[in-house]
Amino acid sequence: MADLTVPSAPVIRSATTEAPATRIALVVAAFGFLSLFLFLPLVEVFLEALRNGPAAWLAAISEPDALAAIRLTLLVAAIAVPLNVVFGVAAAWAIAKFEFRGKAFLITLIDLPFSVSPVIAGLVYVILFGSGSLLGPWLKANGIEVLFAVPGIVLATVFVTFPFVARELIPLMQEQGSSEEEAALSLGASGWQTFWRVTLPNIRWGLLYGVLLCNARAMGEFGAVSVVSGHIRGLTNTMPLHIEILYNEYNFAASFAVASLLAGLALFTLLLKTLIELRFSGGLAPSRGH
Amino acid sequence: MATTHAAPAGWWFRRPSIIPGFGLTFGFAVTYLALIVLIPLSGLVIRSADLGLAEFWRLASDPRTIAALRVSFGTAFVAAAINVVFGVVVAWVLVRYRFPGRRLVDALVDLPFALPTAVAGIALASLYAPNGWIGAPAAALGLKIAFTPLGIVIALVFVGLPFVVRTVQPVMEEIDREVEEAAATLGASRLATLARVLLPGLAPAILTGFALALARGVGEYGSVIFIAGNIPYVSEIAPLLVVIRLEEFNTAAATAIGAMMLAIAFALLFLINLLQAWSRRRYGHG
Repeated sequence: MADLTVPSAPVIRSATTEAPATRIALVVAAFGFLSLFLFLPLVEVFLEALRNGPAAWLAAISEPDALAAIRLTLLVAAIAVPLNVVFGVAAAWAIAKFEFRGKAFLITLIDLPFSVSPVIAGLVYVILFGSGSLLGPWLKANGIEVLFAVPGIVLATVFVTFPFVARELIPLMQEQGSSEEEAALSLGASGWQTFWRVTLPNIRWGLLYGVLLCNARAMGEFGAVSVVSGHIRGLTNTMPLHIEILYNEYNFAASFAVASLLAGLALFTLLLKTLIELRFSGGLAPSRGH
Repeated sequence: MATTHAAPAGWWFRRPSIIPGFGLTFGFAVTYLALIVLIPLSGLVIRSADLGLAEFWRLASDPRTIAALRVSFGTAFVAAAINVVFGVVVAWVLVRYRFPGRRLVDALVDLPFALPTAVAGIALASLYAPNGWIGAPAAALGLKIAFTPLGIVIALVFVGLPFVVRTVQPVMEEIDREVEEAAATLGASRLATLARVLLPGLAPAILTGFALALARGVGEYGSVIFIAGNIPYVSEIAPLLVVIRLEEFNTAAATAIGAMMLAIAFALLFLINLLQAWSRRRYGHG
């Protein structure tokens, strides 16, 4: 300290942190920003949903069109998520356990759907299966409906949720290496036994993490599904599309009631995700994020 | 750790390994990738090539299309810039300070990843509308937020925030405190240490976060359309114009706009990959 004549105890402040006033200002700025953009919208969903009381909320989510939308959303997720799990495990196995040419390029291609606008994801299927396409007349002649029907919605959902499981598993399995698998194989285990008994237990938390994020996106996808669905009430409306229709009809309370279900799912997803991160961070990929 | 077999002489596609299943998993992964992603995407490219250069240019240079692309790109740029400033502050507060509820706040930063865009869209629209909790006080001050380009920026700040925070946060956690101590003992003020010692190390991560938020913002649809007002030439975003053209059965115009958005997205993806490679080379993490 420069001034040695001060008799009272010197104020000790670490040189590697900010002054208390600055710290408080930064915390307040961060909280204010997060409140305006994250917390208040979340609170708004539940407040608006319950504006007319629990009975109105229950009525809004149990009317036939809402139930049909919930059923369709669950069905689409139940098809799309397992498909992407199988793909994610297969891709991670090939990429993490083997050395081959063009691996980095393959990883870039797997990430591609994340950089494509959801609306473009829907548009590509309209171009592929629409009446003006090569496949369109053939599909029509054979009575197969893809667009404005469930198959199109599933395809668009699979497209936008494509990378979630793979990109969680690839870095995790790369880090774990393949010495345990090699040991199992040298002790006489078959390939499948090695996968089920050695690899799967090692990657289960990472896999669950990927499934959670994939499922949240699959149930909440709006743009891609909106383009291919045709918005047929009770038939091809998923929950997010039902929310849009109710909102555009100025039926705000019912719209927010259905939205509150999806917001609840989002909170549940975040809770599980945080628990996995806290308890089993050793079983997750070293660097995560989107 | 990779398998330690020596590569065979000459050209090789795959190093030999005792682990089975390469043919099955690689074959399945590539086939699935081709069917779901590559063939549909190349369909868009082929379809826009079929239009011919003159027709493509006529559709692409339509004033409403140009205006929509400008709105999408401009608002995404502003939102990403806002997210860089506040995202870095949020990451700093979460990494360096200890306060009650820190874990809860940390978990909630991921909310935009988990909350469906349509839900975020209607919530933001009713919050920032002229009769909403935030919109009403703002309107009293003469500031109209919802149903203007400002509303689009609000929605894009929401969807882009976690990209910046989650890219910058891990790099901040790894900062070596000794560098800061050295700067302080050499007489640098705290502000000088932050600006000249810490910020250069964070720059690649900040730029990557900015590019990720920008890329997401340009293509965002669900959270924007409820708050935007969707006035052509003013607050109409490019993805919405694609949807409008499709509803008019004008697939050619939708294809042209889509192809341009795809080109912008790939250019940004290329930029992000360059930034991450740069960051890895300089600091050993991406």
